[in-house]
Amino acid sequence: MTASVTELTITAEDRRVAWLATAAVALSLVDAAIPSPLPGVKPGLANIVTLIVLIRYGWGTAVWVSALRVLATSLMLGFFLAPGFFLSLTGTTLSLAILGLAKHLPPRWFGPVSLSILAAFAHIGGQLLLARAWLIPHDGVFVLTPIFAAAALIFGTINGLIAAKLLVETPAPEITP
Amino acid sequence: MKTWLALTRPGDWLVLAGGLAAVGFSLPLLLQGGFAERAIIRQNGAVFLDTDLRTRREIEVPGPLGMTRIAIEPGRARVLSDPGPRQYCVRQGWLMRPGEIAICAPNRVSVQIAGRTRTYDSLSY
Repeated sequence: MTASVTELTITAEDRRVAWLATAAVALSLVDAAIPSPLPGVKPGLANIVTLIVLIRYGWGTAVWVSALRVLATSLMLGFFLAPGFFLSLTGTTLSLAILGLAKHLPPRWFGPVSLSILAAFAHIGGQLLLARAWLIPHDGVFVLTPIFAAAALIFGTINGLIAAKLLVETPAPEITP
Repeated sequence: MKTWLALTRPGDWLVLAGGLAAVGFSLPLLLQGGFAERAIIRQNGAVFLDTDLRTRREIEVPGPLGMTRIAIEPGRARVLSDPGPRQYCVRQGWLMRPGEIAICAPNRVSVQIAGRTRTYDSLSY
């Protein structure tokens, strides 16, 4: 057999990203299966993975895992390049930006719960702004802001607690192929 | 409960309080367009009656099919009865938010709730 011209070397980091992204996609699918009274109000379980990755492996890995999750979930649920995809992408981008800043907060005082709440607010904020700018160009979009904000607060807190618990209870696993 | 509390750090409570404040400050947005203040009743497209929603009263509006009865109560209004065949406007029930409207098309009567500021009733782009 002739050797392939392009040699892809897969590092341990690549494998780790792939595994974590898989977990995030699975949680995103669970998320999508949960009935929601209002589009946009959902638990955002995949953010638990993002938080753990951020704290354990750093911001760069969290960006990779999130980007792969948004792409793979949209392909699986069939909304790739549809409005929902861009809403998801904007929310994720903004919450990653906030997480990048927030992780410099002193960890003695601010734990995963803080990061999770801030990320949830950034997520819904980004989605609302995109919806206002592009999908529904009218201030009526903001009528539901209090509901979205309350959902962000509640689910942000719960996800943060779950992430904190998982971080405490599980030692960093050695991911082997 | 205690195990969960142990997972929070002091600053988390600060962020939580900040989040609560953000939710509180955004609450007025729910009332965008103001409270329901007036009911505008139209007959055949022309304003039949423009009344405030402060006192309880009943209004009869004549149309080509007969009388449409409308009830006004503090903060809300509804169509009580209508001679139309499908009764859509009656079944709509109480109208409470600015911009809400019940249209009894066969009898050419409509009731619309208005607030302080005029909001759009439709949007196309």
